[in-house]
Amino acid sequence: MQKPRTLLEKLWDSHAIVTRPDGTTLLWIDRHFVHEGSFHGFGMLDHAGRPLARPDLTLAVADHYVPSHARDIPIADPEVSGIIATLGRNAQRHGIELIGMDDPRQGIVHVVGPEQGLTLPGLTMVCGDSHTSTHGAFGALAFGIGASEVSHVLATQSLWQRRPKTMRIAINGILPPEITAKDVILTIIGRIGAAGAVGHAIEYAGSAIGALSMEGRMTICNMSIEAGGRAGMVAPDDTTFQFLAGRPRAPRDFDAAVAAWRELPSDEDAMFDRSISLDAADIPPTVTWGTSPETAISVAARVPDPDRESDAERRRGMAEQLAYMGLRPGTALDGLRVERVFIGSCTNGRLADLRAAAAVLRGRRASVPGLVVAGSAAVKRAAEAEGLDRVFTDAGLAWGEAGCSMCVGMNGDLVAPGERCASTSNRNFPGRQGPGARTHLMSPAMAAAAALRGHITDVRTLA
Amino acid sequence: MTPFQTETGTVLTIDRANIDTDQIIPARFLRKPRSAGYQNFLFHDLRANEPAFPLNAPGADRCTVLLAGENFGCGSSREGAVYALVDAGFRCVIAPSFGDIFASNAGKNGLLTITRPEADMARLRHLPQDPTITIDLPAQTLILADGTTVSFAVDAFRKRCLLEGLDDIGLTLEYSDDIAAWQDQDRLHRPWAMPG
Ligand code: SF4
Repeated sequence: MQKPRTLLEKLWDSHAIVTRPDGTTLLWIDRHFVHEGSFHGFGMLDHAGRPLARPDLTLAVADHYVPSHARDIPIADPEVSGIIATLGRNAQRHGIELIGMDDPRQGIVHVVGPEQGLTLPGLTMVCGDSHTSTHGAFGALAFGIGASEVSHVLATQSLWQRRPKTMRIAINGILPPEITAKDVILTIIGRIGAAGAVGHAIEYAGSAIGALSMEGRMTICNMSIEAGGRAGMVAPDDTTFQFLAGRPRAPRDFDAAVAAWRELPSDEDAMFDRSISLDAADIPPTVTWGTSPETAISVAARVPDPDRESDAERRRGMAEQLAYMGLRPGTALDGLRVERVFIGSCTNGRLADLRAAAAVLRGRRASVPGLVVAGSAAVKRAAEAEGLDRVFTDAGLAWGEAGCSMCVGMNGDLVAPGERCASTSNRNFPGRQGPGARTHLMSPAMAAAAALRGHITDVRTLA
Repeated sequence: MTPFQTETGTVLTIDRANIDTDQIIPARFLRKPRSAGYQNFLFHDLRANEPAFPLNAPGADRCTVLLAGENFGCGSSREGAVYALVDAGFRCVIAPSFGDIFASNAGKNGLLTITRPEADMARLRHLPQDPTITIDLPAQTLILADGTTVSFAVDAFRKRCLLEGLDDIGLTLEYSDDIAAWQDQDRLHRPWAMPG
């Protein structure tokens, strides 16, 4: 009998072209997504005068730099318009399918791939973007790469990798009402730390993960990188297959595909290098206080006091984060004033996320300005068909065109220096949403609640 | 890329945990071509906001070895973070741990990443008066100014690429037959894996 294998091991074994004596493996890559920032990778390919190996497995999507407003007028910044145009030129020159700024399928690459049915169980997927881990929600091995690796995949459709270690994170039981996938992943990162999963591929399991929608699973896998994980994944099941059935680019012989995908989940006795488990009932509405996602704590908690930290290096790190965030030790998170709200990103820019935020905001006025940006044009259309855009604009929030927007501010959607922002994105690093911006990460419902009250608050206390 | 053999350089210490690639190079510079001089963007906002930031110290621009904190280079996959370090003259980063993607990007650009446990890091942080260090990659040894040594591990393949300044793609194309054969059998076994 064959040794029991994990999902990761099955994915690995089925994509290994050759393995060198030192253990590095040349992995076949099934899907390669490129975006505006991939221009360095194309540059290296051109510099070496190499052709693109498999344009049919490559997809170009404009997302990072596209404006959220006024797409019908020329982009003022020539560098921004130039980088978007360069993506189009590279795609055309190499015969790659392009989903450009004006395409009805446009959106954040990690939202578009699943939406189009290009993301599938059992695939290896890469993109020059660390949140490629999102696609692991379907039972794919999906991970971010740098520009040199982008050029390597363009030239060879393969990549040299060492197999990551395996880590199983089980969330057992039933999530309490109003507790979302975002609270789950923030709690996990708070527990294991920003380097907690370095060198590992995480498999999320347990009854609470099985009960999540694909959107929730994507939110969780998306932030695996924020715990240092090389990848995050969830075993495919009927929820996965139902999501994919009928998608534009899903396999034509769907039943045969499903039969193959049913073989993917980790075998019962498979061994993981590390395992941890959390009780779903213990997960609170979760918010970050500092400049690393590992500073995630319950909304009911207080900002910690460095003086109570025994480790000198950690104490200094905490003090630096408090200074950047403009916070005093012991301040209650609940009640902390915010000046701006951002709802969107590849973490929380899907329809379920917008519905959750709209449910809180319906018929009410926000007391601070904010921006809501759908993860894709398809999500935007679906939201508008349900009238969600009106809920947001009636509440006083701006409603933008699909893209990365204020998650990273590359298109000019910036949080002002010193401003405090309740954000559904994935990174609260210094300067991430703009120089001097102070980001608190939270779920869409919690961000909507913060917009209403003008301060961080437990969404469950809103009647 | 520039081959790496034995390097002697001055150490710069940035002793903070979780320095992410957004801090190494803020997002707004990523649209710039490499020819714009990525060294100008290195730790740009930290340098601007903190007069006492180590890279602002006199002579810091001559340092070629960076002693960093835990989880250095976590976050975004931007290879620009490595370009900024390399263009500023850095040849080696030593830290207790690295973001996986950063470490991979570094190796592809001739920037050696060395992972050492906290005990060794403490020794390195308290270098004697002379903060120069020699990195002997063939022998996998750090030689401190007082003559004491610290050995380090490095992936065999990565070591060869660094020593010879080899291009990954050139090496991979030697496996073209294997890749072609793999695609032939894959077409039979996984017809569903092709985009529909
Ligand atoms: S939404 Fe943010 S995290 Fe996601 S791909 Fe865009 S910039 Fe990256």
